[in-house]
Amino acid sequence: MMSFDPYGNPTYFILLLIALLPLMIGLLYGRRSHVYESIISFVFLLLTFGGVKWHTGIALIGYLIYEILLVWLYSKYRQRDDSPNKGWIFVVSVILAIAPLAVVKITPAVSHGASSIIGFLGISYLTFKVVQTIMETRDGVIKEFHPVLFGQFLLFFPTISSGPIDRYRRFVKDYDSVPTRAKYLDLMEKGIRYIFLGFFYKFILAYIFGTRMLPVVEHAALQAHGVSWALLGVMYVYSMDLFFDFAGYSLFAVGVSYLMGVETPMNFNQPFKSKNIKDFWNRWHMTLSFWFRDFIYMRLVFFFMKHKVFKSRITTANVCYVINMLIMGFWHGETWYYIVYGLFHGFAMVINDAWLRYKKRHKQQLPSNKFTEYFAIFLTFNVVCFSFLIFSGFLDTLWFHN
Amino acid sequence: MDDTKATVLSILQDLTGEDVSANMDANLFDEGLMDSMGSVQLLLELQNQLGIEVPVSEFERSEWETPAKIVAKVESMQ
Repeated sequence: MMSFDPYGNPTYFILLLIALLPLMIGLLYGRRSHVYESIISFVFLLLTFGGVKWHTGIALIGYLIYEILLVWLYSKYRQRDDSPNKGWIFVVSVILAIAPLAVVKITPAVSHGASSIIGFLGISYLTFKVVQTIMETRDGVIKEFHPVLFGQFLLFFPTISSGPIDRYRRFVKDYDSVPTRAKYLDLMEKGIRYIFLGFFYKFILAYIFGTRMLPVVEHAALQAHGVSWALLGVMYVYSMDLFFDFAGYSLFAVGVSYLMGVETPMNFNQPFKSKNIKDFWNRWHMTLSFWFRDFIYMRLVFFFMKHKVFKSRITTANVCYVINMLIMGFWHGETWYYIVYGLFHGFAMVINDAWLRYKKRHKQQLPSNKFTEYFAIFLTFNVVCFSFLIFSGFLDTLWFHN
Repeated sequence: MDDTKATVLSILQDLTGEDVSANMDANLFDEGLMDSMGSVQLLLELQNQLGIEVPVSEFERSEWETPAKIVAKVESMQ
């Protein structure tokens, strides 16, 4: 049987077009068939998780049953009229939701790189969706739980492997309605444009940077040992490859979602034009950074402030930045370079905030013009690229395995 | 000016260090006057001063980005 990485090759796109055509005609005529959507979802999931990768398909099914049951039980508890809404039940539920991902992430670190049998492509993205649903259920903003809709939310095939990370309430609103024809025509136009821009990003630019240039500069940097011009080359080339590859993939995922009448949120907004690190995180992998903002950072701040853990709000903000970014580092994987990457961005946020406060106090004395703006963009770009060099793991190869 | 609006504006003045009443439609996030930290402080102050419980999940940035929107949101929750 055929087996594909999502959006990996031309055949995948041809099959996608064939599968989507009836659905698109349906939406144009104001009809949406969840049955048809489920069938094509099933086929594309089978293409991704079937064939030689059938064991990951089994892992996916096991994971789904486990998580849906968990969220269902928590909803039952929380939505009772007299729900005591105990904090510890909430905490235990979140821990149970994260447990499979934790096993998958920790296994390679303790067993010489071997991957866990319960792992599958996209498990970390599904876990975000599960955890946020539990949190919103606790807050009472998700008032009803539909196991089938929740399953369709988790399994929405255009975004299953690497996001963007949608929100349950937002997804259900789109998925359970039919856009007007004018609205759908607009979505179609945008969706097709995104897919073609994705081709340019992923199959041309990411190919040039990642497949053609990266091995050359990496080889040169390994020959040179230590700090070298070639290493600087690796830093920039890797950063470009990372962006165009992931932004390209995200454009496919968003574009295909639009064709299905679902407005999956965008993941990137010209990140290399950021004026500071805070601005960068509002433009880079946005659905991930907003997820961390809404479900970790803000909740931590809320908890610390409410219980008056720290005297100053600046300390509170700083501690939360570092914890937030550190968790993001751990989420990427249990290796020193992902964790250092997280810490690096945590401290970058702390410094950024201190600078913004200083700037506010000295508005009159500090120059602000086109030049300072370009300088800010240049500086941010280099700080970001340096963090990607850490993230790439190339330093690990260079220093410890060369 | 009614009480709710006055209270919200005074909270915002404390948080942003500026009088925002003249600019009810200014985007506080774009202007750099508010961020996630400020948002949480706002939620806590609404609880302390007006007794309105707003869970973090309820905080959708686009619905809370201008003083006018914040006042409307708070009034709708009372």
